[in-house]
Amino acid sequence: MISKLRLGAIGALALMLAGSPARAGTIRVTIEKLVFSPAEISAAVGDVIEWQNKDVMAHTATAKGDFDIVIPPGKTAALTVTKAGTFAYFCRFHPNMKARLQVR
Amino acid sequence: MYARLTSALALACLISGASLAAGSKITDPQIAHIAYTAGVIDIEAAKQALKISKDKEVLAFANDMLRDHEVVNKQALDLVKKLKVKPEDNDTSRSLTKAATQEREKLAKLSGADFDKAYVANEVAYHKQVNGALETLLIPSAKNADLKDLLETGLKLFQGHQQHAEHVAAMMK
Ligand SMILES: [Cu+2]
Repeated sequence: MISKLRLGAIGALALMLAGSPARAGTIRVTIEKLVFSPAEISAAVGDVIEWQNKDVMAHTATAKGDFDIVIPPGKTAALTVTKAGTFAYFCRFHPNMKARLQVR
Repeated sequence: MYARLTSALALACLISGASLAAGSKITDPQIAHIAYTAGVIDIEAAKQALKISKDKEVLAFANDMLRDHEVVNKQALDLVKKLKVKPEDNDTSRSLTKAATQEREKLAKLSGADFDKAYVANEVAYHKQVNGALETLLIPSAKNADLKDLLETGLKLFQGHQQHAEHVAAMMK
């Protein structure tokens, strides 16, 4: 019983170490008055993109086939980047809102 | 005596300024009323679509319109309260409302795909019309900076809705 517990603890520690890649960063994008800013961001696989919506209406960050994040008014929503490439994304509710994410 | 004369002069200037504005130009209270009315019209249109349509895309679009315009109109009301501006009914608001009522009566006779097509086509046309009014009349005429700012955000919102409506229309073909 005791050894099982200890093993579990060690397992959790190993997972924690593996789960925190070296220098994963957070890139913040602000949405205000229906504009993503900055409009162009670059990130590395493992980074987190965080959108902060300062408007009174909901927006989305949508790249067809890749991601679709809804950001409620006054809230923040995040995405962990999993693959490299250039992603042009927009808001599904207001398709005139456009931005780009570059992942290396 | 001197002070009384200047204040009388200032008052005279104010009055002539006001009547000049009323005669030749649209005022902030009227602009606020038109912008609010434009939102109300799209809310009414969305409510009709939610009652009649059975199409998933059309219902989602109508819900988006309802949500955005309700929240923006609430923001507009908060602003006019803060600015102590009383929205003032005017010919432009009245003709907008009249045209919208006629459009709703026309749409009420339709159902199914006919309704969906007509509703979305009208949404494209309506947002285009409001965008034109915002760009050429309402924004350039607005005097208060906060009101101008709200209208500029409103323009981006309406442009977004127009593109969204065009997208829904293209998918129905
Ligand atoms: Cu949006």
